[in-house]
Amino acid sequence: MSTEILMPALSPTMTEGNLSKWLIKKGDTVKAGDLIAEIETDKATMEVEAVDEGVVLDLLFKEGEANIPVNKAIAIIGDPNEKVEVKKEVPIEKVIEEKKIEKNIETKIENKKADTIDTPSPKIEEDRNLSSEEISMRQALRDTMAEEMRKDNKVFILGEEVAEYQGAYKVTQGLLEEFGKERVLDTPISEHGFTGLAVGAAFKGLRPILEFMTFNFSMQAIDQIINSAAKTLYMSGGQINCPIVFRGPNGAAAQVAAQHSQDFSSWYSQVPGLKVIAPSTPYNAKGLLRSAILDPNPVIFLENEILYGLKGPVNNDINFSIPIGKANIEKEGKDLTIVTYSIMLQKSKEAALRLKEEYNLDTEIIDLQTLRPLDTETILNSIKKTNRLVTVEESWPFGSVGSEIANIVQRDAFDYLDSPVIKVNSADVPMPYALSLEKLYLPQVDDIINAAKKVSYIK
Amino acid sequence: MKKLQKADYIKMYSFMLKIRRFEERAAQLYGMGKIGGFCHLYIGQEAVVVGILMTIDKNDSVVTTYRDHGHMIARGLDPKRIMAELTGREDGYSAGKGGSMHMFSKENNFYGGHGIVGAQVPIGTGIAFTHKYNGEKNICRTYIGDGAMNNGQVFEAFNLAALWKLPVLYIIENNKYGMGTSVDRAAAGLDLYKRGEAFGIPGEKVDGMNVFSVIEAADKAGKYVREGNGPYIIEVQTYRYRGHSMSDPAKYRTKEELDNYKQTDPIEIVKAEILKKKIATNDEIEKINKDTLEEIKNAAEFATNSPFPKDSELYTDVYL
Repeated sequence: MSTEILMPALSPTMTEGNLSKWLIKKGDTVKAGDLIAEIETDKATMEVEAVDEGVVLDLLFKEGEANIPVNKAIAIIGDPNEKVEVKKEVPIEKVIEEKKIEKNIETKIENKKADTIDTPSPKIEEDRNLSSEEISMRQALRDTMAEEMRKDNKVFILGEEVAEYQGAYKVTQGLLEEFGKERVLDTPISEHGFTGLAVGAAFKGLRPILEFMTFNFSMQAIDQIINSAAKTLYMSGGQINCPIVFRGPNGAAAQVAAQHSQDFSSWYSQVPGLKVIAPSTPYNAKGLLRSAILDPNPVIFLENEILYGLKGPVNNDINFSIPIGKANIEKEGKDLTIVTYSIMLQKSKEAALRLKEEYNLDTEIIDLQTLRPLDTETILNSIKKTNRLVTVEESWPFGSVGSEIANIVQRDAFDYLDSPVIKVNSADVPMPYALSLEKLYLPQVDDIINAAKKVSYIK
Repeated sequence: MKKLQKADYIKMYSFMLKIRRFEERAAQLYGMGKIGGFCHLYIGQEAVVVGILMTIDKNDSVVTTYRDHGHMIARGLDPKRIMAELTGREDGYSAGKGGSMHMFSKENNFYGGHGIVGAQVPIGTGIAFTHKYNGEKNICRTYIGDGAMNNGQVFEAFNLAALWKLPVLYIIENNKYGMGTSVDRAAAGLDLYKRGEAFGIPGEKVDGMNVFSVIEAADKAGKYVREGNGPYIIEVQTYRYRGHSMSDPAKYRTKEELDNYKQTDPIEIVKAEILKKKIATNDEIEKINKDTLEEIKNAAEFATNSPFPKDSELYTDVYL
């Protein structure tokens, strides 16, 4: 009986991999535990071991082949004396298709959304310097850091695995090579200590970019972020500023459960002295990260792991920036307004497409881009036009960014509202592990559609 | 050890006395309701900061705890403006927005005044990182209370400083009590200076009531750090005559213990040395005493007459 060796998922967010190298050839006998191939993922190149035993009957991909979906067969092993019947009679694709576990179906759907829904916003289309090639969010962030490091020696980066490992999520890839170990520093797993150190360096005039492997770990260092970085300008009567960027992935990844899936947007947005940014595309990631690095204040830059692979055009001008505190009207509309940010922009755009198709509702989508300072003007102007508001975000509901927006809108545009504001948030529980529960926890397109229907009084 | 000149003795005496008189006056203003919030006095510990001062370069950086009035005076900052910060007035070093615990003077490389126990330790380490990054020969003096020596971030900072060979001199001011808890009730192992050993950081214990001992240790340690050997720890054994803060009656210790320390008063030790070495006469000392009292009296008057910050200042200095 023959067995397929499938492209493995080597990280929670991996959806496809590249076959760097075969370590076996046709006719070899493999035992469980033998190394069979090197696979390059979105994060690293890793060796893959066999879990079944037999003779290699066929290698289905050549070395160097890229973008092979997770769970696609890459090799077949088995007893050479047996005929591989399935191969002749049923296309291999179909066999694999049937074998797919639910997880991968879901992953694929999620990815499809990210790929197909990301039509450039009007603002991007107007940009005459738009690149013809599309780059990933990961690369947009990397390029911007490199550009600013070339311009100013005072800019340096530190964090866990940012140098030799090339970044836990490959966002700092190649920076060590170009800028050396004096400016790209691997730290020990010591957030409280190295955050305080970076804050001290910023007080003294350097411009650190501090990568948290994920923002979940920023809680270890939150005293230094709030009590030291955010407050010292005020406490010193304007003498000592803190030009630092705290960046890294924020919010849910994929099945990493309660301690590794938390959205900190409203936590940090509550703090005077901090600026808070949450990009949603490679285009605005580039423009906003540059503004963050150049800003003389501490900036919390909330990335999203699932968006790291999202591709899109960018503006490659090394001075291109998007101002902090300006929202982007991602899509104009007249019937209701969705205010959102970060990864929820993608889901909001899909919801808007369906709202148009299924209910003939013309949705205006505002991508906040910056959470603090909040662009209240753009929000209020939109409400005055559409008279209906849904906020969509990944954070917990209590005291979320949407809560503050709802407060501002009822205060400053009460007479313009035709219905109560509805917030779409994650469930008010710690993030569960099980895939089914995780999906329930996170805001989904249907939740947004239901909220939009509710503010529009559609049953 | 650094050879002390006659002027150095006078300088030490004057600075220590200035700190003492300043703190006494601050206590008085606190009692009068002119100073609010928390107010932590440095009386009894003067030899520590003044001893370190004698080995300082003006481009070296300093960062300390919330018990910071003495450190600012030793840094050569104006007692008037320090006192004005204590009274929360616009002429204060932080324009009245920081208060006793949060004072800074960037132009004098004084980086606070930090209210959170232990927080200044990674920050001082980061300032030292900057000196090294910029290729400067300066060092950062980072003061640590004994209470902070059980705080995790201190050890994270020690590790980073040793790992990256940063020019930071850690000065543990062991005044025997973290608020009301004596060191032996808080620290497993009383030799705080040895707590860098695991990281390869040399340390030594010094008598902090005697300014000459402090100078000797600080001089040696400062050279070690400045030469690029990485961090160094000095544990200075000292004692605060007052409670933890103005609102602390210090009932956790005996009168005998306090009186015992007063027998080795740091200011008296310097004074005796000055007279013994005939560096100054009794009359000359008396003149310094009078001038110092006058200077601090003027500072108090300045600080109580300086205007409160304007209402419009509430919203300034949040962002640059």
